[in-house]
Amino acid sequence: MTNDELLWRIAGGSGDGIDSTSKNFAKALMRSGLNIFTHRHYPSRIRGGHTYVEVRAAQHEVKSRGDGYNFLLALGDSFARNPQEDAYYGNEEVKPLTENLDELREGGVIVYDEGLLGDDDLADLQERAEENNWHVYPLDLRGLAREHGREVMRNTAGVGATAALLGMDLAPIEELMEERMSGEILEQNLEILEIAKSEVESREFTHDLRMPDAGAGHDEQQVLVSGSTAIAYGSIDEGCRFISGYPMTPWTDVFTIMSQNLPEFGGIAEQVEDEIAAAALAIGASHAGAKAMSGSSGGGFALMSEPLGLAEIAETPLVLVEAMRAGPSTGMPTKPEQGDLEHVLYTSQGDSNRVVFAPGTAEEAYEQTRWAFQLAYDYHIPAIVLYDQKLGGELKNVDESVFDREPNPSLGSVLTEAELADAPHHASGKFERYRHDGDGGVSPRSIPGQENGRFLVTGNEHNPSGHISEDPDNRIAQMDRRMEKLTSIRATLDGAETSNQTIYPPEAEGEDRTYGLMTFGSQQGTVEEAVEKLAESGYSVKALGVSDLLPYPEADVRSFLDSVDHCLVVEMNASAQLRGLTQKELGDVGSKLSSLLKYNGNPFEPEEIAAEFETHVEGVGDEPSKNTKFVPAAGD
Amino acid sequence: MSAFSAIGDERDVDQNEFTPGIEPQATWCPGCGDFGVLKALKGAMTELGKNPDEVLLVTGIGCSGKLSSYFDSYGYHSIHGRSLPISRAAKLANPELEVVAAGGDGDGYGIGGNHFMHSARENHDMVYIVFNNEIFGLTKGQTSPTSPKGHKSKTQPHGSAKDPIRPLSMSLSAGSSYIARTAAVNPRQAKEILVEAFEHDGFAHIDFLTQCPTWNKDAKQYVPYTDVQDADEFDFDLGDRRGAGDVMYEAETRLADGEVLTGRFYQDDRPSYGQEKRRTGEMPEQPLAERYFDDDYDWERSADLMHRHR
Repeated sequence: MTNDELLWRIAGGSGDGIDSTSKNFAKALMRSGLNIFTHRHYPSRIRGGHTYVEVRAAQHEVKSRGDGYNFLLALGDSFARNPQEDAYYGNEEVKPLTENLDELREGGVIVYDEGLLGDDDLADLQERAEENNWHVYPLDLRGLAREHGREVMRNTAGVGATAALLGMDLAPIEELMEERMSGEILEQNLEILEIAKSEVESREFTHDLRMPDAGAGHDEQQVLVSGSTAIAYGSIDEGCRFISGYPMTPWTDVFTIMSQNLPEFGGIAEQVEDEIAAAALAIGASHAGAKAMSGSSGGGFALMSEPLGLAEIAETPLVLVEAMRAGPSTGMPTKPEQGDLEHVLYTSQGDSNRVVFAPGTAEEAYEQTRWAFQLAYDYHIPAIVLYDQKLGGELKNVDESVFDREPNPSLGSVLTEAELADAPHHASGKFERYRHDGDGGVSPRSIPGQENGRFLVTGNEHNPSGHISEDPDNRIAQMDRRMEKLTSIRATLDGAETSNQTIYPPEAEGEDRTYGLMTFGSQQGTVEEAVEKLAESGYSVKALGVSDLLPYPEADVRSFLDSVDHCLVVEMNASAQLRGLTQKELGDVGSKLSSLLKYNGNPFEPEEIAAEFETHVEGVGDEPSKNTKFVPAAGD
Repeated sequence: MSAFSAIGDERDVDQNEFTPGIEPQATWCPGCGDFGVLKALKGAMTELGKNPDEVLLVTGIGCSGKLSSYFDSYGYHSIHGRSLPISRAAKLANPELEVVAAGGDGDGYGIGGNHFMHSARENHDMVYIVFNNEIFGLTKGQTSPTSPKGHKSKTQPHGSAKDPIRPLSMSLSAGSSYIARTAAVNPRQAKEILVEAFEHDGFAHIDFLTQCPTWNKDAKQYVPYTDVQDADEFDFDLGDRRGAGDVMYEAETRLADGEVLTGRFYQDDRPSYGQEKRRTGEMPEQPLAERYFDDDYDWERSADLMHRHR
């Protein structure tokens, strides 16, 4: 077992403090110079249910969940009801231990709370530990926490035990506790941390795993951020000061971050009656001259379909975010999936006239959210940032300088009152806000309250001053102008300094390789790690992470596909939506594209992709996994 | 200096300014009550001295939604039932705009009923006009949320089995702070009520009876009408919820029997939503919309928040 990376999994019930404990642990490791990536797995309930967070830490860059893990801190579910073997969902108390065993690597370490989990619960743990060379350290975390503080502090005791077993310095943990707690709570936590550490240190260790060496550490100041944070911060830096929403997992994270920051920045956050209202409010605020956003997840976004279409024909700038979760309908609310791609591309009546980005990393989430605002306000078009529970919730260390950027509060294509005085008006007195001769499809707008700016917006087809019109020539002119905006936006994106599509490894750009792996959104980092593994095994391979989904980046994808003989499209849905889109957009690539799909509620692991590639594409290696599905290329 | 010079403009306004220079031909039928709303709105705006460029009229879908086509101001003819969430956000983004939302009874009490309840509860400082003709007009005569029980239509051939919505009572329990009913056939009262509604600081809901001569012939022209303020039978204080509720109940019940009770039903002076949000520190003192035109504003950056993530 190598010590080059730690994959520490803290497992318990919802309410056992898994999230906050793991966040502090991750931050402490980041401060000690390691690179961090976290992965969250949790149920849709307030109390109880099997939850875990995995913290991956290494000296090398980490950009995905890992392959399995090597350290389990099993708190047990202290909120479990009816913890019986024959209960409908089984014995939930012990699930944070037993449900995690299949993925624990050989030679891994287990700490469990023997104050909560008795011998009866553990059935074959000893036997399996011997088979897999696991090193098991039971500790009465509950008893220790109760004795020196309160029972909820058993997670702190678990961190103390972790520190002892990994030979980790407590200082960064203590420092974080001091930043976040005070008084008696702080004293008790510090005491429990120390006691648990010494208690475990007094034992004889049989395991080899230790905290990875941080080496020289980071070159510059790091910050630990989630994709949701990056989306919110990109919005703030674009001058977004209005958000409206309705709570829904997992979009609630972005909504919460914005709602907590906007009042301080002189902005407005509105929690409203439903998602139809949420999207409509963002339209109203944008129309009245604010930079505004809304968002939701699958079902809530479905309710936004009609306002979304209104924003398209009314050409009211609008930014929406959609945090995918497993569907259809309520599906699996806390589990990641990428099944809403087609929904977001096509929902609402009529031809789609919108921009859709799917960032692959936290940094891309920040950049592409900024793009979304710029394009929405420059081109008077809805722009959507599509992501999922995984990208939204996972934490990653990023250079702080990524966020050290100039704000862009520009309202885009808007006339001032002075410009309006000279602008074309219809004989009726109305400003011609929807002229046929817009530049690149864009006809500038006015804002209510501006003298000489009044015009009519309508969801009906309309003439240049906004009045309802069903004249065929006007219809063609207005449709063509609105659709032309997509062409202009594609040209703007293609002309940008850097493409939103990510080729990996970067040096493979322009080089021919035998194989390509293609994906979108949150699976990008995982696919890149799979490429590294395959390259180590001798395969000629490279990856493409697609972020621009509408307008589709035809040139980028075509040049990638031209440079490989065959491409495996990796996505978390059952109907191969990215592959379908690619075939639709490029027309003649069906025989080159096969699919690896996963829709069991868990994101891909790098090794899983590499193994399935070998099995299906190369025809060597293991039996196909039951967790994924392979769909061969057309004609195969 | 404001980027919106039409706002607070002090000049005298002529009623014709609210009529487009070349008026689009109205799609309303001859004798339609909707003409009465248009006229009353123009009259009220003139009396209040509003500049057409400082008014935002957001409408829904239906015959009533065309109001924004014939009233010259900033107009937003939106989608069915959603005029309220669009208009109240515009008011939040720029509280100095004069914001009015309008739609039909199906739009406001049916498909948009949820927005109606919550907009009233939140008490946004705006006017909401519901064109109540007790029918779906533009789709050619289907039973609506306010159609009387037993109303027969193509979609309810045996007569509606549903009691109609009680719009005034619903408005009161939802939280509107000004509630009135007027009728297109009573233009003087309609204009007076509209002026009061605009002057009121809070959510002013007007249930505006608009006869439909095409699809609701057997209903009524809403005459004769009685003003509840003038009727000896009703003696109630506008700020008394219980008393107001009783009169509303009578007005709603008797309408089905052909007796038309109009007038002011309720008014309270609780702070508007904007005032409440400023009090809690969740809304800027200066209109947000002005900030985007202020070249000197020092925009906050996410870099200011990085200490939380180190």
